[in-house]
Amino acid sequence: MQIFSCPFCGPRPEPEFHFGGELGNHRPAPDCSPEAWAQYLHFRTNPRGAAEEIWLHIPCGELFKMHRDTVTMTALPGRALGDQP
Amino acid sequence: MTRHYSALSLLKEGLAGQKGWAKAWESPEPKPRYDMVIVGGGGHGLATAYYLAKQHGITDVAVVEKGWLGGGNTGRNTTVVRSNYFFPESVRLYDMALKLYEGLSRELNYNIMLSQRGMISLAHTPAEMEMAARVVNAMQINGTDAELFGPEDVKRVLPIYNFGPKARYPALGGVWQGRSGTARHDAVAWGYARAAARLGVHILQQCEVTDFLIEGGRCRGVVTASGAIRADKVGLAVAGHSSQMAAKAGFRLPVTSYALQACVSEPVKPILDTVVLSPGAGTYASQSDKGEMVVGGGLDRIPSYGQRGNLPVLETVLSGLVEMFPAFRQLNLMRQWAGIVDVVPDSSPILGESPLPGLFLNCGWGTGGFKSIPAGGVLLAHLMATGQHHDISRPFDLDRFTTGRLIDEAAGSGIAH
Ligand SMILES: Cc1cc2nc3c(=O)[nH]c(=O)nc-3n(C[C@H](O)[C@H](O)[C@H](O)COP(=O)(O)OP(=O)(O)OC[C@H]3O[C@@H](n4cnc5c(N)ncnc54)[C@H](O)[C@@H]3O)c2cc1C
Ligand SMILES: [Zn+2]
Repeated sequence: MQIFSCPFCGPRPEPEFHFGGELGNHRPAPDCSPEAWAQYLHFRTNPRGAAEEIWLHIPCGELFKMHRDTVTMTALPGRALGDQP
Repeated sequence: MTRHYSALSLLKEGLAGQKGWAKAWESPEPKPRYDMVIVGGGGHGLATAYYLAKQHGITDVAVVEKGWLGGGNTGRNTTVVRSNYFFPESVRLYDMALKLYEGLSRELNYNIMLSQRGMISLAHTPAEMEMAARVVNAMQINGTDAELFGPEDVKRVLPIYNFGPKARYPALGGVWQGRSGTARHDAVAWGYARAAARLGVHILQQCEVTDFLIEGGRCRGVVTASGAIRADKVGLAVAGHSSQMAAKAGFRLPVTSYALQACVSEPVKPILDTVVLSPGAGTYASQSDKGEMVVGGGLDRIPSYGQRGNLPVLETVLSGLVEMFPAFRQLNLMRQWAGIVDVVPDSSPILGESPLPGLFLNCGWGTGGFKSIPAGGVLLAHLMATGQHHDISRPFDLDRFTTGRLIDEAAGSGIAH
Protein backbone atom coordinates (compact mmCIF):
# COMPACT_ATOMS: atom_id res chain seq x y z
CA MET A 1 0.00 0.00 0.00
CA GLN A 2 1.21 3.50 -0.76
CA ILE A 3 2.28 5.70 2.13
CA PHE A 4 1.73 9.47 2.00
CA SER A 5 3.16 11.85 4.56
CA CYS A 6 0.89 14.38 6.28
CA PRO A 7 2.92 17.41 7.45
CA PHE A 8 1.13 17.20 10.80
CA CYS A 9 0.77 13.44 11.44
CA GLY A 10 3.64 11.94 9.48
CA PRO A 11 3.56 8.88 7.20
CA ARG A 12 0.10 7.30 6.94
CA PRO A 13 -1.55 4.78 4.58
CA GLU A 14 -3.14 5.98 1.36
CA PRO A 15 -6.83 5.35 2.25
CA GLU A 16 -6.56 8.07 4.93
CA PHE A 17 -6.02 10.69 2.21
CA HIS A 18 -8.32 12.39 -0.24
CA PHE A 19 -7.23 14.19 -3.41
CA GLY A 20 -8.12 17.87 -3.18
CA GLY A 21 -7.19 19.21 -6.63
CA GLU A 22 -4.34 20.89 -8.45
CA LEU A 23 -2.31 23.46 -6.52
CA GLY A 24 -2.58 27.00 -7.84
CA ASN A 25 -6.14 26.80 -9.18
CA HIS A 26 -7.15 30.15 -7.75
CA ARG A 27 -10.74 31.32 -7.68
CA PRO A 28 -11.27 34.22 -10.12
CA ALA A 29 -13.12 37.41 -9.16
CA PRO A 30 -16.92 36.95 -8.89
CA ASP A 31 -17.55 39.18 -11.94
CA CYS A 32 -15.33 37.08 -14.21
CA SER A 33 -16.52 35.68 -17.56
CA PRO A 34 -18.35 32.34 -17.71
CA GLU A 35 -15.29 30.98 -19.54
CA ALA A 36 -12.92 31.97 -16.72
CA TRP A 37 -15.32 30.52 -14.16
CA ALA A 38 -15.60 27.24 -16.12
CA GLN A 39 -11.80 27.04 -16.32
CA TYR A 40 -11.58 27.44 -12.55
CA LEU A 41 -14.42 25.04 -11.78
CA HIS A 42 -13.91 22.23 -14.27
CA PHE A 43 -10.85 22.50 -16.53
CA ARG A 44 -7.63 20.88 -15.36
CA THR A 45 -4.00 20.58 -16.41
CA ASN A 46 -4.04 16.88 -15.44
CA PRO A 47 -0.23 16.62 -15.71
CA ARG A 48 1.54 13.43 -16.70
CA GLY A 49 4.62 13.23 -14.46
CA ALA A 50 5.47 15.96 -11.96
CA ALA A 51 2.40 17.36 -10.18
CA GLU A 52 1.79 19.86 -7.35
CA GLU A 53 -1.43 18.98 -5.60
CA ILE A 54 -3.63 19.68 -2.61
CA TRP A 55 -4.50 16.72 -0.41
CA LEU A 56 -6.71 16.23 2.61
CA HIS A 57 -5.61 14.03 5.49
CA ILE A 58 -9.02 12.81 6.62
CA PRO A 59 -8.27 11.84 10.26
CA CYS A 60 -6.76 15.24 11.20
CA GLY A 61 -8.86 17.19 8.71
CA GLU A 62 -5.94 19.28 7.45
CA LEU A 63 -5.38 20.31 3.84
CA PHE A 64 -1.77 20.37 2.68
CA LYS A 65 0.28 20.47 -0.51
CA MET A 66 2.25 17.58 -1.93
CA HIS A 67 4.60 17.02 -4.83
CA ARG A 68 3.86 13.77 -6.63
CA ASP A 69 4.77 12.02 -9.87
CA THR A 70 1.61 10.76 -11.57
CA VAL A 71 3.47 8.09 -13.56
CA THR A 72 5.86 6.59 -11.00
CA MET A 73 3.51 7.49 -8.09
CA THR A 74 6.44 8.66 -5.94
CA ALA A 75 5.34 11.34 -3.49
CA LEU A 76 7.46 13.76 -1.46
CA PRO A 77 6.43 14.50 2.13
CA GLY A 78 3.48 16.88 2.31
CA ARG A 79 3.99 20.54 3.21
CA ALA A 80 1.71 22.87 5.14
CA LEU A 81 -0.20 25.21 2.82
CA GLY A 82 1.53 28.29 4.27
CA ASP A 83 5.05 26.88 3.80
CA GLN A 84 7.30 28.24 1.04
CA PRO A 85 7.69 27.45 -1.73
CA MET B 1 -7.36 -14.90 -50.89
CA THR B 2 -10.36 -15.53 -48.64
CA ARG B 3 -11.68 -12.35 -47.06
CA HIS B 4 -15.24 -13.05 -46.01
CA TYR B 5 -15.77 -14.97 -42.78
CA SER B 6 -18.50 -17.61 -42.99
CA ALA B 7 -19.09 -21.28 -42.24
CA LEU B 8 -18.40 -21.99 -45.89
CA SER B 9 -15.10 -20.11 -45.98
CA LEU B 10 -14.05 -21.80 -42.73
CA LEU B 11 -14.70 -25.17 -44.31
CA LYS B 12 -12.90 -24.21 -47.50
CA GLU B 13 -9.84 -22.86 -45.67
CA GLY B 14 -9.89 -25.79 -43.28
CA LEU B 15 -9.57 -28.15 -46.22
CA ALA B 16 -6.86 -25.97 -47.79
CA GLY B 17 -4.69 -25.92 -44.64
CA GLN B 18 -5.71 -22.36 -43.59
CA LYS B 19 -3.23 -20.95 -46.11
CA GLY B 20 -5.55 -18.71 -48.10
CA TRP B 21 -6.81 -16.20 -45.51
CA ALA B 22 -6.27 -12.56 -46.45
CA LYS B 23 -4.68 -10.41 -43.74
CA ALA B 24 -7.34 -8.77 -41.56
CA TRP B 25 -5.62 -5.45 -42.27
CA GLU B 26 -2.34 -4.35 -43.83
CA SER B 27 0.38 -2.21 -42.26
CA PRO B 28 0.90 0.38 -45.01
CA GLU B 29 3.56 3.08 -45.13
CA PRO B 30 2.10 6.36 -43.84
CA LYS B 31 1.20 8.81 -46.62
CA PRO B 32 2.22 12.47 -46.22
CA ARG B 33 -1.44 13.51 -46.41
CA TYR B 34 -4.92 12.11 -45.74
CA ASP B 35 -8.34 13.75 -45.84
CA MET B 36 -8.76 12.85 -42.20
CA VAL B 37 -6.57 11.50 -39.44
CA ILE B 38 -7.78 9.85 -36.25
CA VAL B 39 -5.40 9.81 -33.28
CA GLY B 40 -5.87 6.69 -31.14
CA GLY B 41 -6.49 3.12 -32.26
CA GLY B 42 -8.89 2.13 -29.51
CA GLY B 43 -12.50 1.23 -30.16
CA HIS B 44 -13.67 4.83 -30.56
CA GLY B 45 -10.92 5.79 -33.02
CA LEU B 46 -11.33 2.67 -35.13
CA ALA B 47 -15.12 2.92 -35.16
CA THR B 48 -14.85 6.56 -36.23
CA ALA B 49 -12.66 5.60 -39.18
CA TYR B 50 -15.07 2.83 -40.17
CA TYR B 51 -18.15 5.08 -40.11
CA LEU B 52 -16.31 7.88 -41.97
CA ALA B 53 -15.71 5.40 -44.77
CA LYS B 54 -18.99 3.52 -44.55
CA GLN B 55 -21.54 6.25 -43.87
CA HIS B 56 -19.84 9.29 -45.38
CA GLY B 57 -17.75 7.80 -48.21
CA ILE B 58 -14.58 9.37 -46.78
CA THR B 59 -12.03 6.60 -47.26
CA ASP B 60 -8.78 8.61 -47.37
CA VAL B 61 -8.39 8.19 -43.62
CA ALA B 62 -5.60 7.06 -41.29
CA VAL B 63 -5.86 5.82 -37.73
CA VAL B 64 -2.61 6.60 -35.91
CA GLU B 65 -1.92 4.47 -32.83
CA LYS B 66 1.16 4.74 -30.64
CA GLY B 67 1.05 1.10 -29.51
CA TRP B 68 -1.11 -1.72 -30.80
CA LEU B 69 -4.82 -1.75 -31.61
CA GLY B 70 -6.93 -1.93 -28.48
CA GLY B 71 -3.82 -1.75 -26.26
CA GLY B 72 -5.41 1.11 -24.32
CA ASN B 73 -8.62 0.77 -22.35
CA THR B 74 -10.49 -1.05 -25.09
CA GLY B 75 -8.38 -4.17 -24.55
CA ARG B 76 -8.34 -3.75 -20.78
CA ASN B 77 -12.00 -3.33 -19.99
CA THR B 78 -14.46 -5.75 -18.43
CA THR B 79 -16.68 -5.73 -21.55
CA VAL B 80 -20.03 -4.85 -20.00
CA VAL B 81 -22.48 -3.24 -22.42
CA ARG B 82 -25.71 -1.63 -21.20
CA SER B 83 -27.79 1.53 -21.42
CA ASN B 84 -29.16 1.87 -17.88
CA TYR B 85 -28.66 5.59 -17.50
CA PHE B 86 -30.91 8.27 -16.05
CA PHE B 87 -31.02 11.36 -18.25
CA PRO B 88 -32.76 11.29 -21.66
CA GLU B 89 -29.59 12.55 -23.37
CA SER B 90 -27.59 9.65 -21.97
CA VAL B 91 -30.16 6.98 -22.73
CA ARG B 92 -30.35 8.18 -26.34
CA LEU B 93 -26.58 7.97 -26.63
CA TYR B 94 -26.03 4.62 -24.92
CA ASP B 95 -29.10 3.01 -26.43
CA MET B 96 -27.91 4.06 -29.89
CA ALA B 97 -24.69 2.21 -29.08
CA LEU B 98 -26.46 -0.88 -27.75
CA LYS B 99 -28.70 -1.06 -30.82
CA LEU B 100 -25.64 -0.82 -33.07
CA TYR B 101 -23.94 -3.53 -31.01
CA GLU B 102 -26.96 -5.77 -31.56
CA GLY B 103 -26.30 -5.76 -35.32
CA LEU B 104 -22.52 -5.36 -35.26
CA SER B 105 -21.28 -8.93 -35.84
CA ARG B 106 -23.27 -9.01 -39.07
CA GLU B 107 -22.40 -5.47 -40.10
CA LEU B 108 -18.65 -6.04 -39.64
CA ASN B 109 -18.67 -9.71 -40.67
CA TYR B 110 -16.77 -10.30 -37.44
CA ASN B 111 -18.09 -12.16 -34.41
CA ILE B 112 -17.97 -9.70 -31.52
CA MET B 113 -19.49 -12.37 -29.26
CA LEU B 114 -22.27 -10.14 -27.97
CA SER B 115 -24.04 -11.96 -25.16
CA GLN B 116 -27.17 -10.15 -23.92
CA ARG B 117 -27.35 -12.08 -20.69
CA GLY B 118 -28.94 -9.28 -18.70
CA MET B 119 -27.56 -7.18 -15.89
CA ILE B 120 -28.77 -6.68 -12.35
CA SER B 121 -27.75 -3.57 -10.40
CA LEU B 122 -28.46 -4.60 -6.83
CA ALA B 123 -30.17 -2.60 -4.10
CA HIS B 124 -29.29 -3.55 -0.53
CA THR B 125 -31.33 -1.04 1.49
CA PRO B 126 -34.86 0.42 1.31
CA ALA B 127 -33.32 3.75 0.24
CA GLU B 128 -31.42 2.05 -2.57
CA MET B 129 -34.66 0.31 -3.61
CA GLU B 130 -36.32 3.71 -3.96
CA MET B 131 -33.44 4.94 -6.09
CA ALA B 132 -33.70 1.77 -8.18
CA ALA B 133 -37.42 2.41 -8.76
CA ARG B 134 -36.58 5.95 -9.84
CA VAL B 135 -33.96 4.77 -12.33
CA VAL B 136 -36.27 2.08 -13.75
CA ASN B 137 -38.99 4.69 -14.15
CA ALA B 138 -36.63 7.07 -15.95
CA MET B 139 -35.30 4.35 -18.22
CA GLN B 140 -38.80 3.25 -19.23
CA ILE B 141 -39.90 6.83 -19.90
CA ASN B 142 -36.74 7.30 -21.98
CA GLY B 143 -37.74 4.30 -24.05
CA THR B 144 -35.27 1.61 -23.07
CA ASP B 145 -36.01 -1.69 -21.36
CA ALA B 146 -35.81 -1.81 -17.59
CA GLU B 147 -37.50 -3.81 -14.89
CA LEU B 148 -37.65 -3.33 -11.12
CA PHE B 149 -36.60 -6.57 -9.47
CA GLY B 150 -37.68 -7.71 -6.02
CA PRO B 151 -35.97 -10.31 -3.81
CA GLU B 152 -37.61 -13.27 -5.58
CA ASP B 153 -36.38 -12.05 -8.97
CA VAL B 154 -32.84 -11.72 -7.63
CA LYS B 155 -33.06 -15.30 -6.31
CA ARG B 156 -34.08 -16.43 -9.77
CA VAL B 157 -31.19 -14.80 -11.65
CA LEU B 158 -28.52 -15.10 -8.91
CA PRO B 159 -29.13 -18.41 -7.14
CA ILE B 160 -25.58 -18.44 -5.74
CA TYR B 161 -25.96 -15.04 -4.04
CA ASN B 162 -25.55 -14.83 -0.26
CA PHE B 163 -29.20 -14.66 0.92
CA GLY B 164 -28.22 -15.70 4.46
CA PRO B 165 -29.80 -13.90 7.45
CA LYS B 166 -26.44 -12.36 8.37
CA ALA B 167 -25.52 -11.25 4.85
CA ARG B 168 -23.80 -7.90 4.87
CA TYR B 169 -25.38 -6.99 1.51
CA PRO B 170 -28.97 -8.31 1.60
CA ALA B 171 -30.51 -8.32 -1.88
CA LEU B 172 -33.80 -6.43 -1.73
CA GLY B 173 -34.00 -6.17 -5.50
CA GLY B 174 -32.56 -3.90 -8.09
CA VAL B 175 -32.57 -2.58 -11.64
CA TRP B 176 -32.70 -5.25 -14.31
CA GLN B 177 -31.87 -4.56 -17.94
CA GLY B 178 -32.33 -7.69 -20.02
CA ARG B 179 -30.59 -6.33 -23.12
CA SER B 180 -27.38 -5.62 -21.19
CA GLY B 181 -24.56 -8.10 -21.39
CA THR B 182 -21.01 -8.49 -22.55
CA ALA B 183 -19.10 -8.46 -25.84
CA ARG B 184 -15.57 -9.50 -26.68
CA HIS B 185 -13.40 -6.37 -26.37
CA ASP B 186 -10.58 -7.29 -28.77
CA ALA B 187 -13.09 -8.43 -31.35
CA VAL B 188 -14.75 -5.01 -31.33
CA ALA B 189 -11.41 -3.30 -32.01
CA TRP B 190 -10.27 -5.88 -34.56
CA GLY B 191 -13.67 -6.07 -36.26
CA TYR B 192 -13.80 -2.30 -36.81
CA ALA B 193 -10.14 -2.24 -37.90
CA ARG B 194 -10.65 -5.00 -40.45
CA ALA B 195 -13.87 -3.51 -41.81
CA ALA B 196 -12.33 -0.02 -42.01
CA ALA B 197 -9.18 -1.33 -43.72
CA ARG B 198 -11.30 -3.09 -46.33
CA LEU B 199 -12.88 0.27 -47.16
CA GLY B 200 -9.41 1.80 -47.66
CA VAL B 201 -8.56 3.18 -44.22
CA HIS B 202 -4.86 3.05 -43.28
CA ILE B 203 -4.13 1.59 -39.85
CA LEU B 204 -0.77 2.89 -38.61
CA GLN B 205 0.41 1.15 -35.45
CA GLN B 206 3.54 1.87 -33.40
CA CYS B 207 3.29 5.49 -34.52
CA GLU B 208 2.95 8.01 -31.71
CA VAL B 209 1.49 11.45 -32.34
CA THR B 210 3.76 13.96 -30.63
CA ASP B 211 2.29 17.26 -31.80
CA PHE B 212 -0.21 18.94 -34.10
CA LEU B 213 0.41 20.93 -37.26
CA ILE B 214 -1.26 24.27 -36.57
CA GLU B 215 -1.45 26.85 -39.38
CA GLY B 216 -3.55 30.02 -39.43
CA GLY B 217 -5.22 28.98 -36.18
CA ARG B 218 -6.42 25.66 -37.60
CA CYS B 219 -5.32 22.09 -37.05
CA ARG B 220 -3.75 20.92 -40.32
CA GLY B 221 -2.44 17.52 -39.32
CA VAL B 222 -0.25 15.72 -36.84
CA VAL B 223 3.43 15.25 -36.15
CA THR B 224 4.33 11.61 -35.55
CA ALA B 225 7.38 9.59 -34.69
CA SER B 226 7.70 8.80 -38.40
CA GLY B 227 7.14 12.31 -39.73
CA ALA B 228 4.38 14.84 -40.28
CA ILE B 229 1.02 13.78 -41.68
CA ARG B 230 -1.21 16.50 -43.08
CA ALA B 231 -5.00 16.27 -42.89
CA ASP B 232 -8.03 18.50 -43.40
CA LYS B 233 -9.49 17.34 -40.12
CA VAL B 234 -8.11 15.49 -37.14
CA GLY B 235 -10.10 13.42 -34.61
CA LEU B 236 -8.76 12.78 -31.13
CA ALA B 237 -9.77 9.57 -29.32
CA VAL B 238 -6.99 8.91 -26.82
CA ALA B 239 -9.02 8.47 -23.60
CA GLY B 240 -6.77 8.94 -20.53
CA HIS B 241 -4.14 10.80 -22.57
CA SER B 242 -6.50 13.49 -23.87
CA SER B 243 -5.10 16.21 -21.57
CA GLN B 244 -1.54 15.78 -22.95
CA MET B 245 -2.79 16.05 -26.53
CA ALA B 246 -4.97 19.04 -25.63
CA ALA B 247 -1.93 20.78 -24.12
CA LYS B 248 -0.12 20.35 -27.47
CA ALA B 249 -3.11 21.95 -29.17
CA GLY B 250 -3.13 24.85 -26.71
CA PHE B 251 -6.17 24.19 -24.51
CA ARG B 252 -7.20 22.33 -21.37
CA LEU B 253 -10.00 19.83 -20.82
CA PRO B 254 -12.25 19.09 -17.84
CA VAL B 255 -10.56 15.70 -17.57
CA THR B 256 -8.64 14.00 -14.77
CA SER B 257 -6.89 10.70 -15.46
CA TYR B 258 -7.29 7.87 -12.98
CA ALA B 259 -6.39 4.19 -12.91
CA LEU B 260 -9.30 1.77 -13.10
CA GLN B 261 -8.50 -1.82 -12.20
CA ALA B 262 -9.97 -5.19 -12.97
CA CYS B 263 -8.99 -8.80 -12.36
CA VAL B 264 -9.91 -12.30 -13.48
CA SER B 265 -10.04 -15.58 -11.65
CA GLU B 266 -9.04 -19.00 -12.88
CA PRO B 267 -11.66 -20.46 -15.24
CA VAL B 268 -14.44 -22.55 -13.68
CA LYS B 269 -17.62 -24.24 -14.91
CA PRO B 270 -20.57 -21.93 -15.72
CA ILE B 271 -21.97 -20.54 -12.47
CA LEU B 272 -22.90 -16.90 -13.12
CA ASP B 273 -24.95 -16.22 -16.25
CA THR B 274 -25.77 -12.52 -15.81
CA VAL B 275 -23.76 -9.40 -15.15
CA VAL B 276 -24.05 -8.33 -11.53
CA LEU B 277 -23.25 -4.89 -10.15
CA SER B 278 -23.47 -3.80 -6.56
CA PRO B 279 -22.90 -0.07 -6.24
CA GLY B 280 -23.09 -0.53 -2.47
CA ALA B 281 -20.34 -3.11 -2.29
CA GLY B 282 -18.35 -1.34 -5.02
CA THR B 283 -18.06 -4.54 -7.05
CA TYR B 284 -19.28 -5.93 -10.35
CA ALA B 285 -18.68 -9.30 -11.97
CA SER B 286 -19.52 -11.50 -14.91
CA GLN B 287 -18.26 -14.85 -16.11
CA SER B 288 -16.32 -14.92 -19.37
CA ASP B 289 -16.89 -17.48 -22.09
CA LYS B 290 -13.67 -19.15 -20.94
CA GLY B 291 -15.14 -19.49 -17.44
CA GLU B 292 -13.08 -16.82 -15.68
CA MET B 293 -14.80 -14.53 -13.24
CA VAL B 294 -14.18 -11.00 -14.55
CA VAL B 295 -14.28 -8.61 -11.61
CA GLY B 296 -14.08 -4.85 -11.36
CA GLY B 297 -15.11 -1.93 -9.21
CA GLY B 298 -14.54 1.77 -8.71
CA LEU B 299 -11.64 4.04 -9.54
CA ASP B 300 -8.42 4.37 -7.60
CA ARG B 301 -9.02 7.80 -6.09
CA ILE B 302 -5.51 9.04 -6.92
CA PRO B 303 -4.89 10.78 -10.27
CA SER B 304 -2.56 8.48 -12.16
CA TYR B 305 -0.92 7.66 -15.46
CA GLY B 306 0.80 4.56 -14.03
CA GLN B 307 -1.09 1.72 -15.64
CA ARG B 308 -1.17 -0.35 -12.46
CA GLY B 309 -3.66 0.17 -9.65
CA ASN B 310 -3.35 0.13 -5.88
CA LEU B 311 -4.25 -2.47 -3.30
CA PRO B 312 -6.93 -0.68 -1.21
CA VAL B 313 -9.43 -0.55 -4.07
CA LEU B 314 -8.71 -4.15 -5.05
CA GLU B 315 -9.34 -5.14 -1.44
CA THR B 316 -12.71 -3.34 -1.40
CA VAL B 317 -13.74 -4.93 -4.68
CA LEU B 318 -12.76 -8.46 -3.68
CA SER B 319 -14.17 -8.29 -0.17
CA GLY B 320 -17.49 -7.18 -1.68
CA LEU B 321 -17.35 -10.05 -4.14
CA VAL B 322 -16.72 -12.83 -1.62
CA GLU B 323 -19.29 -11.39 0.76
CA MET B 324 -21.97 -11.48 -1.95
CA PHE B 325 -20.81 -14.81 -3.41
CA PRO B 326 -19.27 -16.91 -0.63
CA ALA B 327 -18.57 -19.73 -3.10
CA PHE B 328 -16.05 -17.46 -4.84
CA ARG B 329 -13.77 -17.52 -1.78
CA GLN B 330 -12.18 -20.64 -3.24
CA LEU B 331 -11.28 -18.96 -6.51
CA ASN B 332 -7.67 -18.14 -7.33
CA LEU B 333 -7.01 -14.83 -9.04
CA MET B 334 -5.05 -15.13 -12.26
CA ARG B 335 -4.41 -11.56 -13.37
CA GLN B 336 -4.94 -8.00 -12.22
CA TRP B 337 -4.37 -4.90 -14.33
CA ALA B 338 -5.43 -1.28 -14.80
CA GLY B 339 -6.16 1.20 -17.55
CA ILE B 340 -5.95 4.99 -17.45
CA VAL B 341 -9.42 6.43 -17.81
CA ASP B 342 -10.53 9.98 -18.58
CA VAL B 343 -12.87 11.14 -15.83
CA VAL B 344 -15.07 14.21 -16.34
CA PRO B 345 -16.90 16.10 -13.54
CA ASP B 346 -20.38 15.10 -14.75
CA SER B 347 -19.41 11.54 -15.74
CA SER B 348 -20.56 12.11 -19.31
CA PRO B 349 -18.44 12.05 -22.47
CA ILE B 350 -17.15 15.00 -24.49
CA LEU B 351 -17.99 15.04 -28.20
CA GLY B 352 -17.50 18.06 -30.42
CA GLU B 353 -15.07 20.37 -32.17
CA SER B 354 -12.26 21.43 -29.87
CA PRO B 355 -11.18 25.03 -29.18
CA LEU B 356 -8.65 24.45 -32.00
CA PRO B 357 -10.71 24.46 -35.23
CA GLY B 358 -10.21 21.33 -37.30
CA LEU B 359 -9.53 19.17 -34.25
CA PHE B 360 -12.48 17.10 -33.00
CA LEU B 361 -12.87 15.48 -29.59
CA ASN B 362 -14.12 12.09 -28.47
CA CYS B 363 -13.14 11.59 -24.83
CA GLY B 364 -14.36 11.64 -21.27
CA TRP B 365 -15.91 8.16 -21.35
CA GLY B 366 -14.18 7.44 -18.08
CA THR B 367 -14.95 4.01 -16.72
CA GLY B 368 -17.76 3.28 -19.16
CA GLY B 369 -16.85 3.84 -22.79
CA PHE B 370 -16.66 0.31 -24.13
CA LYS B 371 -20.44 0.07 -24.28
CA SER B 372 -20.57 3.27 -26.30
CA ILE B 373 -17.95 2.52 -28.96
CA PRO B 374 -20.37 2.20 -31.93
CA ALA B 375 -22.13 5.45 -31.00
CA GLY B 376 -18.86 7.29 -30.31
CA GLY B 377 -17.71 6.26 -33.78
CA VAL B 378 -20.91 7.26 -35.57
CA LEU B 379 -21.06 10.62 -33.78
CA LEU B 380 -17.40 11.63 -34.21
CA ALA B 381 -17.57 10.58 -37.87
CA HIS B 382 -20.70 12.70 -38.30
CA LEU B 383 -18.99 15.69 -36.66
CA MET B 384 -15.88 15.37 -38.79
CA ALA B 385 -17.68 14.72 -42.06
CA THR B 386 -20.34 17.42 -41.75
CA GLY B 387 -18.76 19.88 -39.35
CA GLN B 388 -22.08 19.76 -37.47
CA HIS B 389 -23.28 18.02 -34.35
CA HIS B 390 -25.58 15.03 -34.65
CA ASP B 391 -28.71 15.62 -32.50
CA ILE B 392 -27.49 12.94 -30.11
CA SER B 393 -23.99 14.41 -29.65
CA ARG B 394 -25.09 18.06 -29.29
CA PRO B 395 -25.70 17.92 -25.50
CA PHE B 396 -22.23 16.44 -24.98
CA ASP B 397 -20.30 19.37 -26.45
CA LEU B 398 -17.48 20.90 -24.43
CA ASP B 399 -19.57 24.08 -24.13
CA ARG B 400 -21.73 22.48 -21.44
CA PHE B 401 -19.04 23.23 -18.86
CA THR B 402 -19.39 26.94 -19.59
CA THR B 403 -23.18 27.07 -20.01
CA GLY B 404 -23.69 24.88 -16.96
CA ARG B 405 -25.89 22.32 -18.76
CA LEU B 406 -24.09 19.36 -17.24
CA ILE B 407 -25.43 15.83 -17.66
CA ASP B 408 -24.57 14.47 -14.26
CA GLU B 409 -24.91 10.71 -14.45
CA ALA B 410 -23.01 10.17 -11.20
CA ALA B 411 -25.93 11.92 -9.51
CA GLY B 412 -28.58 10.65 -11.96
CA SER B 413 -28.06 6.93 -12.12
CA GLY B 414 -25.52 6.63 -9.31
CA ILE B 415 -23.05 5.14 -11.76
CA ALA B 416 -19.69 5.79 -10.24
CA HIS B 417 -17.53 7.10 -13.02
C1 LIG C 1 -10.35 -1.97 -16.01
C2 LIG C 1 -11.36 -1.30 -16.89
C3 LIG C 1 -12.65 -1.80 -16.97
C4 LIG C 1 -13.61 -1.20 -17.78
N1 LIG C 1 -14.84 -1.77 -17.89
C5 LIG C 1 -15.75 -1.27 -18.75
C6 LIG C 1 -16.99 -1.94 -18.95
O1 LIG C 1 -17.26 -3.00 -18.38
N2 LIG C 1 -17.88 -1.39 -19.81
C7 LIG C 1 -17.62 -0.23 -20.47
O2 LIG C 1 -18.47 0.24 -21.21
N3 LIG C 1 -16.43 0.42 -20.32
C8 LIG C 1 -15.49 -0.08 -19.48
N4 LIG C 1 -14.27 0.56 -19.32
C9 LIG C 1 -14.02 1.82 -20.02
C10 LIG C 1 -13.62 1.58 -21.47
O3 LIG C 1 -12.60 0.62 -21.53
C11 LIG C 1 -13.13 2.87 -22.13
O4 LIG C 1 -14.01 3.93 -21.87
C12 LIG C 1 -13.03 2.71 -23.65
O5 LIG C 1 -12.33 1.54 -23.99
C13 LIG C 1 -12.38 3.91 -24.26
O6 LIG C 1 -12.09 3.63 -25.61
P1 LIG C 1 -11.20 4.64 -26.43
O7 LIG C 1 -11.12 4.12 -27.80
O8 LIG C 1 -11.72 6.02 -26.22
O9 LIG C 1 -9.80 4.61 -25.66
P2 LIG C 1 -8.58 3.51 -25.66
O10 LIG C 1 -9.07 2.14 -25.93
O11 LIG C 1 -7.83 3.77 -24.42
O12 LIG C 1 -7.78 3.97 -26.93
C14 LIG C 1 -6.99 5.13 -26.95
C15 LIG C 1 -5.77 4.80 -27.77
O13 LIG C 1 -5.04 5.99 -28.00
C16 LIG C 1 -3.68 5.64 -28.03
N5 LIG C 1 -2.88 6.85 -27.84
C17 LIG C 1 -2.76 7.59 -26.72
N6 LIG C 1 -1.93 8.62 -26.94
C18 LIG C 1 -1.54 8.55 -28.24
C19 LIG C 1 -0.68 9.33 -29.05
N7 LIG C 1 -0.06 10.40 -28.57
N8 LIG C 1 -0.50 8.95 -30.33
C20 LIG C 1 -1.12 7.85 -30.85
N9 LIG C 1 -1.95 7.08 -30.11
C21 LIG C 1 -2.15 7.42 -28.82
C22 LIG C 1 -3.53 4.63 -26.93
O14 LIG C 1 -2.38 3.82 -27.11
C23 LIG C 1 -4.82 3.83 -27.05
O15 LIG C 1 -4.70 2.67 -27.82
C24 LIG C 1 -13.28 -0.03 -18.51
C25 LIG C 1 -11.99 0.49 -18.43
C26 LIG C 1 -11.02 -0.13 -17.65
C27 LIG C 1 -9.65 0.43 -17.60
ZN1 LIG D 1 -2.80 14.58 9.33
